[in-house]
Amino acid sequence: MKISPHWLRDFVDLPVDYRRLADELTLAGIAVEGISGERENTVFEMEITTNRPDAMNHYGVAREVSALYDLPLRPIEAKLPAAKGKSDVTIEIQDPELCPRFTAQEIRNATIKASPTKIANRLALLDQRPISNAVDATNYVLWESGKPTHVFDLDLLEGRKLVIRRAADGETLKTLDGVDRQLTTEDLVVADAKKPVGLAGVMGGYDAMITEQTRNILIESAWWDPVTVRRMSKRHGLHTDASHRFERGADFESTVLSTNRVAQLILESGGGELIGSVIDVIARKLDLAPIELDRREVRRILGEELSDLEISRILTRLGFVLLSGPEGGYLVHIPSWRLDIEREIDLIEEIARLHGYDKFANTLPACTGGVIDQPDAAKDSRLRSSLLALGYNEGISLTFVSKDDAKRFSAAPEIDLANPISDEASVMRTSMLPGMLNMLAYNLNRGTDNVRLFEAGNVFEAAGAKTVELKRLCVGATGKAAEGGAHQPARPLSFFDLKGDVEDLLAAFTSWTLYYDANTADYYHPGRSARAVMDGTTVAQFGQLHPDVAAARKLRQDVFVGEIFLDRLYQHDLRQVRYEALPRFPGVERDFSFVFGDAVVFEKIRQSVVGLGIAELQSFIPVEIFRGEKVGVGEYSILVRAKFQSAERTLRDDEVAKWCRQIGRALESLGGVQRV
Amino acid sequence: MPYSVPKLTDFSAAALDRAVRELLSVLDQESAAVGSENDWKAFRDRWIARKNGVLTQLNDLWLKAAPKDAKRDVGQRVNEVKGKVEQTVDATLNRIQGGASSARLASERVDVTLPGIRRALGAEHPVIKTMNEIIGVFRNLGYSVEEGPEIETDYYNFEALNFPPNHPARDTQDTLFIAGQESKPLRDRLLLRTHTSPVQIRTMEKMKPPVRVVCPGKVHRNDAPDATHSPIFHQVEGLAVDTNITFCDLKGTLDHAMKALFGSSVKTRFYPSFFPFTEPSADVQISCIFCDGKGTRDGGPCRNCKASGWIELLGCGMVDPNVYGFVDYDPAKVSGFAFGMGVERIAILKYGVDDIQLFFNGDVRFLEQFE
Repeated sequence: MKISPHWLRDFVDLPVDYRRLADELTLAGIAVEGISGERENTVFEMEITTNRPDAMNHYGVAREVSALYDLPLRPIEAKLPAAKGKSDVTIEIQDPELCPRFTAQEIRNATIKASPTKIANRLALLDQRPISNAVDATNYVLWESGKPTHVFDLDLLEGRKLVIRRAADGETLKTLDGVDRQLTTEDLVVADAKKPVGLAGVMGGYDAMITEQTRNILIESAWWDPVTVRRMSKRHGLHTDASHRFERGADFESTVLSTNRVAQLILESGGGELIGSVIDVIARKLDLAPIELDRREVRRILGEELSDLEISRILTRLGFVLLSGPEGGYLVHIPSWRLDIEREIDLIEEIARLHGYDKFANTLPACTGGVIDQPDAAKDSRLRSSLLALGYNEGISLTFVSKDDAKRFSAAPEIDLANPISDEASVMRTSMLPGMLNMLAYNLNRGTDNVRLFEAGNVFEAAGAKTVELKRLCVGATGKAAEGGAHQPARPLSFFDLKGDVEDLLAAFTSWTLYYDANTADYYHPGRSARAVMDGTTVAQFGQLHPDVAAARKLRQDVFVGEIFLDRLYQHDLRQVRYEALPRFPGVERDFSFVFGDAVVFEKIRQSVVGLGIAELQSFIPVEIFRGEKVGVGEYSILVRAKFQSAERTLRDDEVAKWCRQIGRALESLGGVQRV
Repeated sequence: MPYSVPKLTDFSAAALDRAVRELLSVLDQESAAVGSENDWKAFRDRWIARKNGVLTQLNDLWLKAAPKDAKRDVGQRVNEVKGKVEQTVDATLNRIQGGASSARLASERVDVTLPGIRRALGAEHPVIKTMNEIIGVFRNLGYSVEEGPEIETDYYNFEALNFPPNHPARDTQDTLFIAGQESKPLRDRLLLRTHTSPVQIRTMEKMKPPVRVVCPGKVHRNDAPDATHSPIFHQVEGLAVDTNITFCDLKGTLDHAMKALFGSSVKTRFYPSFFPFTEPSADVQISCIFCDGKGTRDGGPCRNCKASGWIELLGCGMVDPNVYGFVDYDPAKVSGFAFGMGVERIAILKYGVDDIQLFFNGDVRFLEQFE
């Protein structure tokens, strides 16, 4: 919205230059976002908050200036010639709730032509296209006082009457913009004896508009129910200067003055005669209840004492009327243009705003109570610092995905958006993977081949009429595990790099059992993916992305991803550190070299050995795996290292030998053949 | 001719002295003769190997052979000898390693100017990092952290925050709505929260004053992505409610927080604004951190603050009494303030980022800069 500071001078003397005025208005809540032009052509670009329709015009801004600098405000006055005769136009309000007041004035024998230069220039400065003297008069009054008005060609109104009623289903109205609008009973219209001629408070009708042929004019200035105007404006996708003001609340008392001002401007430029006195139909009074204002409350909220003089000066300049109220307070009468002021706190804001926010001291409140962290804060922080240390960069991707992706990466019912930004972002993510894959692809497409990323966030699932948000962690890696260089050869990432990282993350949590198997979703490589099962619950799945999925997303190198189901993992506590006495006696290591069939996975081997219950067995680790050459097809050779140690004594050769025989037999029972 | 431990028959003190002296003098001679690591290993094994080392022989030939009345004396001497032998073996190794160093170390020289082998460290996301910094500032002021759902009801996102149905202020929020909600009453309809303010309501519903919380989280708007807009971004909302909290406290708290985040020389400026859930409401500007609030930089107007010397940063205000009505607080007894800041906006200022999309595309060339 634009304001011409030069125009403000019609109503108030400006004590400061335009630049300073802009700054000081902004600090009083009438925000000037930009200044352009020079001298009398200076224009302020305003950002008036939605609660202040009264300041969306020159008189309203002038009123703020008057309060800000404690200066008198010159009222708007309409100078009209004596009216001739009596108008036979009738106004009928059928719905007093939605149209409490309708004011009209007839003018005869006016000439429609271009506006006088002063009016045209002022409107042009605000980027308002001059149309004709009659239409410009309504526009001028809108920017002068904020009250939207309308002018009809009276000769095109059937029955010389206006009826304010709800539209009938199936009625149509061509609005001024030339669009035919289908009306329903939800619409409030201004109609003549037969048909709608205007969409109340939004836009006039095309068929009764002012043209060069117009001689006789009917001026309309009404007060419309804000919610009704807003609904119509939304339904018809028609946001106008008029609807903008009516839906925020216009000035109930300004209908007569605005009608008279429009009449004055038309008569001054186009001649003609004023017929009869103004027609002012008040179907329902709009009374604003006076508000009690207690100075103690001003102090309680603002934290500083303000003098009676300051309070009354500010409120009076803004148009409030102060009477003495109970217990030494005030009874404040609200001006008709301030529909936003309904409570004591609203008055306190007016006082604070014009006193100047920056005049209030900066203090800190006394501290009470202790700081409580979110229950998962320590777990979040632990995982995050581990991932950073493991070399994963933290990423954030969009929360929305395409419908295809939502279904591809989760079986859960997805949640659709009613008004999505695009088809690619039309449902809430059901998995973190699409976002991760997009980020990996973004990097690969820009020549970054080594990428490690993680993202923590929520996924969303429909659960009947409700929605569920589940906390997830996603990791993604592609490229090299170790970059090659002068010192060492490069090593490509493998499944086991990712598994190691997952193991590191899970190791922070306590569990009775933790195992890994190959049961994973179908978007993983079936032979290179695993899930982690903690105390019977799947807490993670990870591995190489299925080559078909990778190809469909045009990922041109192997990509490894992992999903960690934090909602499940966080059922487990973080491991509490308890010091364990360091070993005082030497450990003994023994190696076992066996050939197994491929069906015997390491987990089986490990479990059979752990199942022996040898308390002194500290670890059982594969150190070498070998296939091909001397090993038969479908078999592999494995070298495993067992470490025995006791906290109480040095181990004897014979007992170590006994355990080794037990282990050997266990491995043989799995079908293993010892290599010599 | 390697030393071999003599069998003793005479266990008198003088005889023992003589035998020990002889043994130690051989030890010194052999030690002196050690010239390489291999020599030393042989030397070590000869003297202290468990199988047939000198010390083992001492045990067998001296201690075990000693008559009962001499055992104590012999035992003591054997222990002393043992200590000396071990000491000498260690000292010998030290000597040869030192002696060999200059030549060997020269051959082991590497080009220390070559780059080291680095293990990549991950970088915190600048937005999360900034969010945690903001939380940290308020934690130090006694604020707890509260979180809430990203999919909210109309009630929590709007109604209880004093946005009545059909209020024009709802238009400013560019809300993304969940589909299929038409059959529900308005207040139960689901949408993506447009601010983290709903967490205020949820917090006040479950606890009585005093309340002092910050609510960090992701929010959504129906904004097509470009250099300055994103459909997702992050906010940190704050709320303090107690029996005696004033507008001056709001100003002081945010002034402190901005100084903590941007440096102690930063000034703040408050001016009136409008939010349905606060009254009085304010926008907060900080003095431009690029031109120190001067409005000019490098002889021209400062681009970052459009020459104004000020940068708009956040919105705040005293909690509107209507809001207390929704959570069963008595507005006559308590008062409080709320504030909300966009984390991306602060990160953009702190790091001079010129395109908000950089935060959301996972480009590691960008992310790694924040390591």
